[in-house]
Amino acid sequence: MSVKELDRDRLVWMYEQMLRIREFEERVKRTFIDHPGVIRGHTHLADGAEASIVGSIATIGPKDQFFATYRCHGYPLARGTDPKAMMAEIYGRKDGLCKGIGGSMHLADPSNGFLGTSGIVAAGIPHATGAAWAAQIRKQDQVVLCFFGDGASKQGAFSESLNIASLWKLPIVYVMENNGYNVHTRTEQEDANRANGEDLSVKAKAFSMPGVTIDGRDPVAVYETVGTAVARARSGEGPTLVESQMYRLSAHGNIIAPPGVPLHFPEHEAIEKFGAPEEYEAALQGDPVPAFRGRLVGDGTLSSDEADAIAARVRDEMQAAVTFGLDSPFPAVESALEFVYA
Amino acid sequence: MSHELPFIAAIDEAIRLEMERDDTVLYFGQNMATTENEPYVDAFGKDRVRVTPISETAEIGMAIGAAIAGYRPVVELYMAEFMLVAMDQVINEAPRFRAMSGGQVKVPLVLKAGFGFTAGWAGQHTGTIGALFMGVPGLKVVMPSTAADAKGLMATAIRDDNPVVYLHHYLLTLEHGEVPDGEYLVPFGEAAIRREGSDVTIVATGWTVDRALGAAETLAAEGIQAEVIDPRTLAPLDTQTILESVDKTGRLVLVDQATRHASVSTVIAGEVAEHGFSSLKAPIVQVTALDATIPYSEPLEAWVMPNEDKIVAAVQRVVGAAPVTA
Repeated sequence: MSVKELDRDRLVWMYEQMLRIREFEERVKRTFIDHPGVIRGHTHLADGAEASIVGSIATIGPKDQFFATYRCHGYPLARGTDPKAMMAEIYGRKDGLCKGIGGSMHLADPSNGFLGTSGIVAAGIPHATGAAWAAQIRKQDQVVLCFFGDGASKQGAFSESLNIASLWKLPIVYVMENNGYNVHTRTEQEDANRANGEDLSVKAKAFSMPGVTIDGRDPVAVYETVGTAVARARSGEGPTLVESQMYRLSAHGNIIAPPGVPLHFPEHEAIEKFGAPEEYEAALQGDPVPAFRGRLVGDGTLSSDEADAIAARVRDEMQAAVTFGLDSPFPAVESALEFVYA
Repeated sequence: MSHELPFIAAIDEAIRLEMERDDTVLYFGQNMATTENEPYVDAFGKDRVRVTPISETAEIGMAIGAAIAGYRPVVELYMAEFMLVAMDQVINEAPRFRAMSGGQVKVPLVLKAGFGFTAGWAGQHTGTIGALFMGVPGLKVVMPSTAADAKGLMATAIRDDNPVVYLHHYLLTLEHGEVPDGEYLVPFGEAAIRREGSDVTIVATGWTVDRALGAAETLAAEGIQAEVIDPRTLAPLDTQTILESVDKTGRLVLVDQATRHASVSTVIAGEVAEHGFSSLKAPIVQVTALDATIPYSEPLEAWVMPNEDKIVAAVQRVVGAAPVTA
């Protein structure tokens, strides 16, 4: 099953997308400090997951589709969704991607194959599986990517969906981003496979589908593995479970607090809860974004001037997204009733 | 022209006609389509008609995904209680996507489920739980009581671009009725006046509509003319027709097979108390199941259910023909 090789342009594109995600998420996080009260509720950041997100999105084409989780900002950015509309959505504004009605956890861009987001853990897995059934009927060689976290793999929805996908040989790839935590529970505290020293990809065996574990911090490895799974799905051979291992560099999300308590991002659970700052330090050392920059500059794919130019361009782009979001007005209150029914 | 059909066949006829008319309509669920010889598989093939494992969360979740992706799935759930297994997908997923996406997607799907299996099916299979799905913005709930409406409401449900909970009462399964030939659509949000009368309004749902009509005959012999209204759809609910009737009669009895506080009766009572207060000449009376898990033993099962006698007694209360009790 061959996967199209990554040429220089594609590698540089991947680096830029990873940086765009990082810069966007940094600004979401900074909004809590610079503009308190602008982001309400709960937002979840993808810093640390960039390599896995971009490596996966790089494998699909314009007709393909994907579903994600409440931690959904990275995928549409790599897919080409406008970050201004995304930031405005996170700020609850009229010019938001979903007109301010969805918010951070429920982004959707169906024109780019991003069919919508449930914030309920694992609920999107059957949604993606249904879209894959639709793709199978439609016979236009479409594939669906289904992103979810390791925490979701203990929900019944996960088992039910993978069973059907394998049984029906649906054109879907299940990309499980294992960042070692479900909120502030460590994977080995809740997963029998992990607790017994096994990788989570062994779950695939229960459904007689291939399962593979990869280093989700290496965008090329992700691209090659997910790309192979996509080719398999597209050829009608059925689904694959890819366990993409990584580390989440921010806390699960901003604090949950009643109104009146200023929202902010706490330290990562490794530091705050588990007293393991060295674990977090090690994760920072392995940060996929500077690592990929180092690799591309190191092997001559990019000069450091070119890398700096990309960084400057991305910073400007994401700063403009913040400004756009802040300048966008709130929607008319009546729009709350506008999209209840189709 | 029309032809006579049992209720259950009328539903099938609607699904079949819609699947013939629109090849994006899918029909799937447990224990169906397991052989080539089944009529739906034969007619529409194995892409569109499939058997699923016992996996309600995946079945309903997949219906949502397929609907967002451009298809129109009908999920065969058999029994309403099986929706409870996947309550998140029914209440907090399917009806939310249109709003949360700012109108970018729609979720046209039908959840077809029997209910009220009042025939010894006991505590977990006999519920009348339709009202649990009311009040969920984005979700529609329909409950036909005649074969014609069973066909027309299913056709409308399939063509509706929203998620629809389609509930068909088990005891009506073999009830025959005249069903219009060919394409037949019954609109949502339009109650049917099954019997005209000027002394009392009786609103009844599902299987209780015929009980209310039976009670109306008994009452007519006592000189009380009851108007019997069948809402046909719980969401959207046609409160206008009910209010107009109460304005005429001044008296309202609500009949539902659900338990009292999980009943559409309670919702209607609230609407009439607020919007039709000045029409009322007597308190609103509800005739619902008693608050118990439905027992298996036959006399107990019958005792907890609404029936004609209870409806007659309720009407006698509101027209003042019976002593007022505490």
